[in-house]
Amino acid sequence: MTALTVNYRNPLRLITASSAALVLLLVVIGVAASMGETAIPVATVFKAVANHVWHAGYDVDAIDAGIIWNYRISRAIVAASCGASLAVAGVVLQALLRNALADPYLLGISAGASTGAVSVALLGFGAGMFGVSVGAFIGALVAFAFVAILAFPAGRGAGAIILAGVAGSQLFNALTSFIVTKTATANEARGIMFWLLGNLSGVRWSDVSLALPVALIGVVICLAHARSLDAFTFGRDSAASVGVPVRRVYVILIACAASMTAVMVSIVGSIGFVGLVIPHAARFFVGTRHGYLLPLSAVIGAIFLVMADVVSRIILEGQVLPIGVITALIGAPAFALILCHGRVLR
Amino acid sequence: MSLELRNVDWQAGFKKIITDISLKVEPGEFLGLIGPNGSGKTTLMSVLGGLKRPSRGDATLDGQALKQIGRRNLARRIGFVEQQATTIDRITVAEAVSLGRTPYLSLLSRWSERDDAVVRDALDAVDMRAMSDRVWQTLSGGEKQRVHIARALAQEPEYLLLDEPTNHLDIRHQLGLMELVRTLPVTVVAALHDLNHAALFCDRIAIVDHGKIYAIGAPGDIITSENLRDVFGISATVEPDDLHPGRCMIRYHAGSSIPKLNSGTDTPTAKLAEDVKKGRVA
Repeated sequence: MTALTVNYRNPLRLITASSAALVLLLVVIGVAASMGETAIPVATVFKAVANHVWHAGYDVDAIDAGIIWNYRISRAIVAASCGASLAVAGVVLQALLRNALADPYLLGISAGASTGAVSVALLGFGAGMFGVSVGAFIGALVAFAFVAILAFPAGRGAGAIILAGVAGSQLFNALTSFIVTKTATANEARGIMFWLLGNLSGVRWSDVSLALPVALIGVVICLAHARSLDAFTFGRDSAASVGVPVRRVYVILIACAASMTAVMVSIVGSIGFVGLVIPHAARFFVGTRHGYLLPLSAVIGAIFLVMADVVSRIILEGQVLPIGVITALIGAPAFALILCHGRVLR
Repeated sequence: MSLELRNVDWQAGFKKIITDISLKVEPGEFLGLIGPNGSGKTTLMSVLGGLKRPSRGDATLDGQALKQIGRRNLARRIGFVEQQATTIDRITVAEAVSLGRTPYLSLLSRWSERDDAVVRDALDAVDMRAMSDRVWQTLSGGEKQRVHIARALAQEPEYLLLDEPTNHLDIRHQLGLMELVRTLPVTVVAALHDLNHAALFCDRIAIVDHGKIYAIGAPGDIITSENLRDVFGISATVEPDDLHPGRCMIRYHAGSSIPKLNSGTDTPTAKLAEDVKKGRVA
């Protein structure tokens, strides 16, 4: 613990650790792509990827190559982007709002996204002009705007934002339930529930081209503010007194966290647990300094969600479970272990 | 060359918390702010530290408006320790103090040897070096307060603003902290509750009441039984301190809470009339 405490003293170690983590992430994505209903050897996966990326010309079965490239790799990359974004958004909100229970959905985003999604799916909003994802994205933004407007006159402090978020979430969840109970058939209700718990089944390369840049840009913006986030350790006034432009940092980072979350939720539904718990897990390994905490959370979140997606595909034969179920089922006991272990360590 | 307020108001909504305050902090001095709860001491400190912008009037440092100096530059010149700032993070003493280097670090600048040295000196100044690796949550109240002061010192400020720094400390740590603050090579403004401490350690004292400066000057001139009665509504005897010339000691009298006289009579004229009546003004 103490070896890592004093800030940013050794950039070399940080770079080494980050590269190692990235390699690990790529390996995990590769292994994830080999697993599924048809098991494909990992070597084949890397050959297929090599064929696509630099025309390596390996001899790979066309069907295998199709499954790997069009289906599993894209899916794993979106899962990784999503995990990294949610974990980083969680770190940022926990730091800014000084609350260990803050998570990316606190801002009403997942509630708004679900309302948007059911409005499109069940009420036929947009008249077929756009899909569920776009509806979810619009819903997320509307809910976030609602929360932001509610928090503004209430004082803009951490407490006001949390309460406004709770109020906004409740309101939009109620709207969703209202729409579902009023208009959905049993089958539709089941489909909606599946969507709400997170689902990567429909993910394709077009989703990658949205999720990956958003995740990368979002993580970089947050990393650029690592020192400011550190300064919030003792609250807003304390941050201001060491020279942090508090209001500007608040606006930039909350908007950043909200956008990342809204994009991810609109692609894959509201996957719970990651944004709340991964930051805490990461803190057990590197402490609370954001220069370390943010990249580590991003990597753990990415790896965790890629693996959770694999489990959701293979745990029940012939059936895909919602990934949100897996994240909580695996994540909760794993987190409990870290929690107990961490306590012993200290 | 000083930190100065001229005719400053600050209001929360429509309620004026401080009104028409003019105050010049002299370089090198230890200025104490005393006054009843809710008199506006904390707000005054925040305005001095540039954390709150005056609704009216000017707050300046060396003649330049605080808001023009900018947060970051200001943080290199003024350190501010608020009341009771705490955290849920498991942060070590050294990490907490190194937050004071924030105004000197940019996105790409590395943590340097010099930053390390400054943090070490700050820890030495408050005698917390041996506890560098201790986690915040394991510290006592006095230790936490000293860490906050070290954090402010790591900003290498010319001015140190302390809001009730001795709150919740036992008497040994209260005296130790006041002694420490007095010996630091910076200009100090501290809001204080203990009047004897203010009288013992401060070079000048300002009494804040109802959001205004009621009186300001050397401890012996400011801490008088009349002022204590009028501002705090207490009865006390003030004696000169034989060991420390120009300073004084206060003895409070039990069962002596008396109605405050200055409510409703806080216009200067009314006060003068009152003073003349009591023979305080020749």
